[in-house]
Amino acid sequence: MAYSEKVIEHYEKPRNVGTFGTQKEIKEATNIGVGLVGAPECGDVMQLQIKVNDDTGLIEDAKFKCFGCGSAIASSSLATEWLKGKTLDEGMEIKNTEIVEELALPPVKIHCSVLAEDAIKSAIADYKQKNNKD
Amino acid sequence: MSAKLPKLPIYLDHAATTACDPRVVEAMLPYFTEKFGNPGSRNHSFGWAAEEAVTKARHQVAELIGADPKEIIFTSGATESNNLAIKGAANMYAKKPAGQTQRGHIISVSHEHKAVLDPCKRLEKEGFEVTLIDPQSDGTVTREMIETVIRDDTILVTVMWANNEIGTFNEIPEIGALCHEKGIIFHTDATQWVGKMPTNVKEDNVDLLSLSGHKLYGPKGVGALYVRRRRPRVRLMALQEGGGQERGFRSGTLNVTGIVGLGKACELCAADMDSERQRLLNLRNKLEAAITNALDVVQINGHPDKRLAHLTNISFGFVEGESLMMALKEIAMSSGSACTSASLEPSYVLKALGIGDDLAHSSLRISMGRWTTEEEIDYAAEKIIEAVNKLRDLSPLYDMHNEGIDITKIEWAAH
Ligand SMILES: Cc1ncc(COP(=O)(O)O)c(C=O)c1O
Ligand code: FES
Repeated sequence: MAYSEKVIEHYEKPRNVGTFGTQKEIKEATNIGVGLVGAPECGDVMQLQIKVNDDTGLIEDAKFKCFGCGSAIASSSLATEWLKGKTLDEGMEIKNTEIVEELALPPVKIHCSVLAEDAIKSAIADYKQKNNKD
Repeated sequence: MSAKLPKLPIYLDHAATTACDPRVVEAMLPYFTEKFGNPGSRNHSFGWAAEEAVTKARHQVAELIGADPKEIIFTSGATESNNLAIKGAANMYAKKPAGQTQRGHIISVSHEHKAVLDPCKRLEKEGFEVTLIDPQSDGTVTREMIETVIRDDTILVTVMWANNEIGTFNEIPEIGALCHEKGIIFHTDATQWVGKMPTNVKEDNVDLLSLSGHKLYGPKGVGALYVRRRRPRVRLMALQEGGGQERGFRSGTLNVTGIVGLGKACELCAADMDSERQRLLNLRNKLEAAITNALDVVQINGHPDKRLAHLTNISFGFVEGESLMMALKEIAMSSGSACTSASLEPSYVLKALGIGDDLAHSSLRISMGRWTTEEEIDYAAEKIIEAVNKLRDLSPLYDMHNEGIDITKIEWAAH
């Protein structure tokens, strides 16, 4: 499998790796939304966390961890970059096709980008649910 | 501590194929040009020279496995040998003619190579019944396991000698003895075994044995099938018909260069088999020790001792195989892994062993060979450890593990 330069670049220097705390701490923090998607038996699990500024409503920070192929790692790394500074609504607008384009993913790797989109949506939904927004 | 840098890339995928030994190539060369004759040409010196070379090779192959030269049939490789053995025996010993059902019962194992499983599947469509047993969780297959599934109408048992992904070997002499007691034909795919381990088809009770040139430092596209001639005399229905070469078992002008190469390769393997095995075993022990000392949640797959010395299959918990390979671009290995969503399938061999999904997705098969050096192994160990640590820093599953969360208890939304 030949990877694009951008995938390799993200894979080698992934952005925003980490978490804002232990699973328990994260669950309790109301300014943090978590998306945990995929499944170990499928060979891919993505964890995306967003930290939202309660005053401005902007995503001020994002972090990820990923168990998956190089394309999944690159997709989630890219997602965290894109999320920072966006509103929740803008975050919801990010499409997997944009990730595919940016990283030049081949067809067999499209689902890795879908996973990243799912992770974004589920992190935002988690934040909203914690804060009883819509 | 940084290991001395060996020449890159490093080849640690000898179970996939090996380079031709230069001595093999040298032996082959004259048969492309000045000694180009057809061994079937009985009435001139060109034919005689080719015939002589093939006869010599037949002796070299026979010698390596304890057979009589008359019992060696040259083929295009192990895939063809397996097909000829399995389909050829099934059709010859069928209880009922083609077109009917209940033509006979065949036993094999779920972790066999596709070149065994697919011919069995074909026979199933053609009226035979096939039982595939699962190996034990250590990867081995015992006589007892075969004994419990033998039926009155069993005509053929085919069990590989050593598995290509995990290197574990099976109770071949014992299974062979059982088959002889019951009057059942016994085939073994010995592609990964022959040339590395002492083999004697007579004492090991094998009726049919497949081997391949390119796994033992010979050329690709040539192999052999051993067909027992005495007690019992095994008969086969030929797959390929024509000029009647190879006693009618395999028509077609012989691949003289390839056969010469295979013969030479067999001779070379026999020459230093024991010392080479010990050398590779020492290297493997070093590699496994380095990895298991440096990393937690690592599992060496297969039986601890009953496995080939040059091969190891290691699962690294919480790390996905494809991304691991990506970090190890300078080291050629196989990954029995990857995501089910892509075209890449997780290893059916590891699944057959009942290895959990978390570990089956993250295994490396490392197989060393004749030119593997200690520097290469030190370098590989260091790089593998580095890569696993890097990916674990990225792995949400490793975090959960360290926080004491059992990832098998989480409700994953499988997709
Ligand atoms: C166990 C086993 N059987 C059969 C084969 C096929 O051999 P060949 O490439 O010679 O057809 C291989 C090699 O991939 C193998 O490892
Ligand atoms: S996560 Fe499945 S192939 Fe990328």
